[in-house]
Amino acid sequence: MQKLEIEHLTKRYWLERYEREVLALDDICLSVADGEFLAIVGPSGCGKTTLLNIAAGLLPYEEGTVRIDGKQVHGPGNDRAVVFQHASLLPWRSILGNVRYGMEMQRRFDESTMRQRADYLLKLVGLSGFGNHYPSELSGGMQQRANLARALAADPVVLLMDEPFAALDAQTREFMQAELLKIWAQAAKTVLFITHQINEAVYLADRVAVLSARPGRLKRVFRVPFDRPRKLHLKRDPRFLEIEDAIWQLIEEEADRIGVVIAENEAAVGEPTVWPPQ
Amino acid sequence: MATKTETLTRPAVKTKPLRRPRQSFYRRHESMILGGSAVVLALAIWQAFWSAGKISPLFLSGPSAIVKQFWQALLHGTLLADMRFSGLNFIIGFGLALVTGVVLGVIIGWYRAARLLFDPFLNALYATPRIAMVPMIIIWFGVGMWSKVFIVYITAVFPVLINTAGGIRSVDPDLVRAARAFCASDWQIFKTVAIPGSVPFILTGVRQGVALGLIGVVVGEMFGGSQGVGFMVAYGGQTFATDTLFVGVLIIAFAGVLLTALAEKLEHRFSRWRPER
Repeated sequence: MQKLEIEHLTKRYWLERYEREVLALDDICLSVADGEFLAIVGPSGCGKTTLLNIAAGLLPYEEGTVRIDGKQVHGPGNDRAVVFQHASLLPWRSILGNVRYGMEMQRRFDESTMRQRADYLLKLVGLSGFGNHYPSELSGGMQQRANLARALAADPVVLLMDEPFAALDAQTREFMQAELLKIWAQAAKTVLFITHQINEAVYLADRVAVLSARPGRLKRVFRVPFDRPRKLHLKRDPRFLEIEDAIWQLIEEEADRIGVVIAENEAAVGEPTVWPPQ
Repeated sequence: MATKTETLTRPAVKTKPLRRPRQSFYRRHESMILGGSAVVLALAIWQAFWSAGKISPLFLSGPSAIVKQFWQALLHGTLLADMRFSGLNFIIGFGLALVTGVVLGVIIGWYRAARLLFDPFLNALYATPRIAMVPMIIIWFGVGMWSKVFIVYITAVFPVLINTAGGIRSVDPDLVRAARAFCASDWQIFKTVAIPGSVPFILTGVRQGVALGLIGVVVGEMFGGSQGVGFMVAYGGQTFATDTLFVGVLIIAFAGVLLTALAEKLEHRFSRWRPER
């Protein structure tokens, strides 16, 4: 059973500054099976964040279809939750309040269930005892744990993760990757994970999809054969390095083809406009 | 070559537990001691010149004369009546400014159309020194209490309104995006993101509004009328009663310090969640 299906998805932008159209995503076909962990890598400006925003329902799309659990995506829904690159925790709410936030917005659970789920998830991400702290009192890694707990608490069918560890320092990032795999094993969720770090993608995912830059096309999907649970020293395994190298060569070809990636595309595919309300 | 791992052991040394380094009495109260003695010294010099008769009471009063005048006016009951009158003007005017400022500010910050509609008026009024409108306000409301209330209102409402609108508009787009991703409605985003995020801005507006409203009440009472601390200052000036004038000025200064400190405390209380600055 496919939980996330993307068929012939094409996304164009109108770039006001250059008065021309930009093709951000070109005919993407991709699906993620139940309980699968799919990572998408690609050079910056390849439209991977656009793809995630469309799947999250934060960006409209005109060509192609995106389905979650068989239902076509029109806007955000209870069946998805997003872990953002910036923790985006409400600074005036405690960590517990933040973990509850998604559930409160969705109004799917009653009070006692919300309390139970929040407690359980705080424990799962290793933050029990920090429920009463404010986000500003926590380190970047801990804030991302809370961000993850908030998304999992909403009990989504598909978990969408947008470079969640990109802003962390190298060591914390490694630990968080291992931690994420442990949590994922327990939560048993379908995950779409966006990253620009190849070794992160290979370490975490069942399959790694490589996007090309400008326009974003699906170049190749790699299957990662390693058993789970995976230890961090898997990253030193020759077979691991082989896959990493193959993906790297593919991306390097891309970089050669388009030259230096210009920031222009980044700006175009960046933030969906959700503010201020009209 | 194989690498050897070396285990480092630490020699057992008895360490004393750390204690907070003790500071001298002077160090702990340095600002109090230096600032306080400077004030006392200045007052003493002023009093010395006054007692020696070197200061004409037409130009400047002396500390002892001011204190005496304060006691007399207090015992006489006029001082309390003036303070009550001014205080009431301020409280009513500022209260109205707070309510309308926050409500209008939220509407203008939230709805783009409202902002575009109100902007020309707001910009024009904000750029005009509100004091220039005092004669007009007296024509509208007469020389009684309500013209003063309105002057306080018109001076205090703008900082509250503009800061509130700014707070609503500068809400973190990342937080809005996260809320949207969890299917939050506009109303939920308003309640859980926009309003709490604007509280520090609103309180900054309150602090500025308090300071400006205080100027408003004094100026309002100086222009016509026969009561209030502002009137007392104006009257003292016109009759060369410098001691009366000084009592008024000191009361206004004290009220200003007190109210600003209160507003700052409130601001601090509601930004506990902010990282230490």
